[in-house]
Amino acid sequence: MAADTQVQQDERVRAESFATKLMKKPELGAIGGVILVTLFFLFTADSAMFTLSGIMNFMTPAAQLGILGIAAAMLMIGGEFDLSIGSMVAFAGMVFGVFTVNLGLPLVVAIPLTMAFAAGIGAVNGSIVLKTGLPSFIVTLAGLFILRGASLVGLKIFTGGSTQLRGVRDAVEGDWLAPIFSGEAFGGLFTWLASMGLVETFKNGTPKVPGIPVEILWFIAIALVATYILLRTPAGNWIFATGGDSNAAKNSGVPVRKVKISLFMLTACAAALVAIITVIDAGSTDARRGFMKEFEAIITAVIGGCLLTGGYGSAIGAFFGAIIFGMVTIGLTYTDFDQDWFQIFLGGMLLLAVVFNNVIRKRVTGER
Amino acid sequence: MSADSKFHHGDVPADAKPIIHMEEIKKNFGNVIALNGVTFDVTPGECHCLLGDNGAGKSTFIKTMSGVHKPSSGQIFFEGTPMSFDSPREAMEAGIATVFQDLAMIPLMSVTRNFFMGREPTKGRGIARRFDLDRANEITMEEMRKMGINLRAPDQAVGTLSGGERQTVAIARAVYFGAKVLILDEPTSALGVRQTSNVLSTIDRVRKQGVGVVFISHNVRHALAVGDRFTVLNRGQTLGTARRGEIEASELQDLMAGGQELAQLEGSLGGTV
Ligand SMILES: Nc1ncnc2c1ncn2[C@@H]1O[C@H](COP(=O)(O)OP(=O)(O)OP(=O)(O)O)[C@@H](O)[C@H]1O
Ligand SMILES: [Mg+2]
Repeated sequence: MAADTQVQQDERVRAESFATKLMKKPELGAIGGVILVTLFFLFTADSAMFTLSGIMNFMTPAAQLGILGIAAAMLMIGGEFDLSIGSMVAFAGMVFGVFTVNLGLPLVVAIPLTMAFAAGIGAVNGSIVLKTGLPSFIVTLAGLFILRGASLVGLKIFTGGSTQLRGVRDAVEGDWLAPIFSGEAFGGLFTWLASMGLVETFKNGTPKVPGIPVEILWFIAIALVATYILLRTPAGNWIFATGGDSNAAKNSGVPVRKVKISLFMLTACAAALVAIITVIDAGSTDARRGFMKEFEAIITAVIGGCLLTGGYGSAIGAFFGAIIFGMVTIGLTYTDFDQDWFQIFLGGMLLLAVVFNNVIRKRVTGER
Repeated sequence: MSADSKFHHGDVPADAKPIIHMEEIKKNFGNVIALNGVTFDVTPGECHCLLGDNGAGKSTFIKTMSGVHKPSSGQIFFEGTPMSFDSPREAMEAGIATVFQDLAMIPLMSVTRNFFMGREPTKGRGIARRFDLDRANEITMEEMRKMGINLRAPDQAVGTLSGGERQTVAIARAVYFGAKVLILDEPTSALGVRQTSNVLSTIDRVRKQGVGVVFISHNVRHALAVGDRFTVLNRGQTLGTARRGEIEASELQDLMAGGQELAQLEGSLGGTV
């Protein structure tokens, strides 16, 4: 019998409306959230919030969290969690501090070494999860305490009893790599814009916003690269497959182990990047750095459309999730509301996102 | 149905060199002995049917062939050389493609992404090397059409497909990638009449191209329609291998059921099984 090769329009499928197509995008909820939160603050907050300096003000913490959130989202799509990333920020900060201050290494050596250190720990996390088959939730919960403790103990050893390591700013002063990891970029552009009267200036003519904080650029770049990897490369397909059903993925030829370990290494490196940026910025590092960031990163990923069960989500979603986070934390200071509403807001947001994502998932899988 | 069918069959000479030869394969899961010394081979251009009751060890056996399980003992020869596949990926790279009984599909992912999972076509080079989705979509639609199913859209999630459609995606995928050996573990269990006949004729088609096919089925008629050789497994052991024409449908059916139980049933069901 000849194969039936006739092409025909299926009469049983209704034309999919634009809205339905949109509904199937995992990042939809986060984008809707950004719009809602923006509207909320447009009505309630001081107009200063949406000036250039106001935007930089909430985008900076959003970026720091977002770098972690995007990595956490990728790991979550791959079917795992990493609760140790907050502690990893403190640990990598300590390692970086020791490399630059105690050992006096230049950034071109200290940064790759810090990254390698973090990646190594990420690989260990991943290997334990894969070897034991235990939920990553538990394994990395142990990591959360171990790394936090190691940061404390380590700092005391390397500083001779203090839990804060100072002198990072002096140590990296003048390093040619420093502008990539600290301060503001496009300073020249902003000075020029100020001279043209296009941006707000102080009385002496210098722009109120001296440039774009580098973490924001990192944040945007990482969101774009992560999205590209997830949607347009074989590796992205492997991540979705691994998180969707690791056994089916493995039987179909996806190198599941490699994918998971790489993702654990990636999240650890994201934590190290945040550590490096914030430590240079602060000029010192301490053991409380990155406290609770693991939960905030996961919330960011979930608001961004990631399913807790894996196999579904988006990096762009996490990008917007982090912006929501930044807007709410900083935005409340521009309103008459008590700052402490923040946590209530956050919990509500998380609940809403999870319920919403659940509905979306049912839609995608055809409501079964 | 009589033993002769519309298919030409492989007419494989008895001394043809096997592509894959499994020698005395044993497999234990803890204290469960799933396979207790199974010897089996497939030659290019033949369809070797693997038959047996539920729990006989058929799936376990083909999983050792496709790199999912490592045999506890026994040897695998691939094109004459001893081989040990460490992962399904390695078996695939050697040209062995499998339709697993559970299909190995990801419901949340699109048909195309499932079709090419682990073997994505790419375009561009170096850092610009990326998943060629357009070509992947085209191939998927085309391969599915060949199997008699018109997909609504290649980006439809597999979870929204019907059971048979899903099974067809898995079969089309394996046929597309099965360069040397195609293993089908109960591929027609959820299929309609037209799709089943499509699958059987696809087996015939790839066999003609020199692919060795391993076909697991509970349906004796389907097996007899395309099979060149028939091996019956029972409780982890082979009951024997018969060539086409050497065995009757009723004999085969009795063997598959382990003999007497079916004989008793047959009376009350009036020979309808
Ligand atoms: N991972 C496993 N762990 C323990 N026992 C297993 C495992 N896989 C299979 N078995 C056992 O091995 C035996 C053979 O199973 P298998 O799936 O190969 O049967 P089958 O012939 O494919 O049956 P069916 O026709 O129902 O698909 C069964 O008794 C099963 O319980
Ligand atoms: Mg089976």
